[in-house]
Amino acid sequence: MVPFFAYATVFLIIPTLVVVVGAFLSGGRPTLGNVRALTEPAVIAATQHSIILSAVTALAGAVIGGLLAYAVATAHVDSVLRRFVASLCGVLAQFGGVALAFAFLASFGASGFLTTWLAKAGVDAGPGLWLYEWDKGLMLVYLYFQIPLMLIVFLPAVEGLRPQWREATETLGGSTWVYWRRVAAPILFPSFVGATLLLFTNAFSAYATAAALVSQGSPLLPLAIGNTLTSEVILGQENIGKAMALEMVAVVAVAMTLYAVLDRRASKWLAP
Amino acid sequence: MSGNRAAARRKQAVFRWVTIGLCLVFFALPLFGMLEFTTRGPGGTRSAQTWATLVDFGQVSAEYPALREGFLASIGLAVLTVAIMLALLVPTMTWVRLRLPGLSRTVEFICLLPLTVPAIVLVVGLTPVYAWVTYLLGESTLWLALAYVILVLPYAYRSLDAGLRSIDVKTLAEASRSLGAGWGTVMVRIVLPNLRTAVLSASFLSVALVLGEFTIANLFSRKNLQVAMYELGKSDAQISIAVGLAALVFGFLVLFAMSFVGGPRGTTSALVPRPRGRRKVSA
Repeated sequence: MVPFFAYATVFLIIPTLVVVVGAFLSGGRPTLGNVRALTEPAVIAATQHSIILSAVTALAGAVIGGLLAYAVATAHVDSVLRRFVASLCGVLAQFGGVALAFAFLASFGASGFLTTWLAKAGVDAGPGLWLYEWDKGLMLVYLYFQIPLMLIVFLPAVEGLRPQWREATETLGGSTWVYWRRVAAPILFPSFVGATLLLFTNAFSAYATAAALVSQGSPLLPLAIGNTLTSEVILGQENIGKAMALEMVAVVAVAMTLYAVLDRRASKWLAP
Repeated sequence: MSGNRAAARRKQAVFRWVTIGLCLVFFALPLFGMLEFTTRGPGGTRSAQTWATLVDFGQVSAEYPALREGFLASIGLAVLTVAIMLALLVPTMTWVRLRLPGLSRTVEFICLLPLTVPAIVLVVGLTPVYAWVTYLLGESTLWLALAYVILVLPYAYRSLDAGLRSIDVKTLAEASRSLGAGWGTVMVRIVLPNLRTAVLSASFLSVALVLGEFTIANLFSRKNLQVAMYELGKSDAQISIAVGLAALVFGFLVLFAMSFVGGPRGTTSALVPRPRGRRKVSA
């Protein structure tokens, strides 16, 4: 008992406090300067990019991943297809990082095979620079781990739809459309929104993939934070990093709280 | 009616194969790109040279010492992380179940907290802590395991919690105590064997997460497998992409194997970030 709490305090609680307190300190004195630094154009731009990137990939990932989850759920529970897709998605969603960035470099980079193929087919994809831009290449790469995550998160909800509900709708004379509109959609909606929020936080906090792809500048918030840690420290800069970290925690905490609320609501119908 | 149903089922099957097929193609293209890139030979030919180098451990260590160093560090980190994680979580969670059920909410909260603290934020907060770690324990890469335990906490907690839920710890502990077993014996010979599957899946997940970790190692300038791969990518793209593909395939095999070990829903249940563990589906 004691070791657990001691460990959690040293490696989890203290770091969190360091961020929270450090965000309001400068040279040992309390200040709001770091927080004010968050309104600098560069930081605001990074925040905006991060939020747009996360929101777009979360929505697109949720829609595509949701369809995929439904398609997988219609397969038999123990089928190899299902295990295969679930495991593949697990890898891509959780352990990708640098390797995913490499995968896209190998395929879409200047000499990548897709670029070559497209060129042969008459489509000029450009010199491959679009891959490094946050609103083009990064979105595509992020989708590559967002869709799998959606499958993993949303699959239990889709599986919770019972065939009896559909049969009941049919007995009462409802069509497939009525079933989806009046029964399935309202039941799945909280889970769907919850999963979308989770995807948002996932993209928002991702660092590895972006770091491996973007080598110049720091268009995203995690990259900007990483920069304050690695670049030659300009005095007081590391506490601005803490302020940015706090901003990130705040955004993630809001999304996760909403997620918890929605999850409780979703489990009302989907609980056994 | 039955004709209708058969038609609907056929339509569903078509929908299933089209959707899954399209998504798998999307997933497969970049992976195929990696394979294609790593098998390029001089002058547009195919060659397995890169993979031959990679499989030959002696040659890899001679030509790419950084890769060897990172690989060994990652293996060490994985072992150490799993050891610390199990030593911390299993006794604590068992004890909470037996004696202090009032604390279960607190423990759950702490274990799931890392889900809301992104790794990059953890790095910022851990900087002063690691200054102390370096001061007290030295500068070895292995001490990253202390931070990795925090990263794997939510996943490990969920696996172990599911395992503990499915056995009656209290009865088991009382029975063994009444037969004269000490608490150590209860832990090692009664609880652990009964939690075998849960411990296995928690360990596998931790290993996979540690092998894929990049953020913390990179920002603390320590060299694990991912960092070595990333740095190598700047000088020798082929070998580093081959390592990346190998890592992904390895992760996939681990998860695929786990989906057969931990019952039909092993893979998903342990990975899904669920704050509440009661959304169990009766299929």
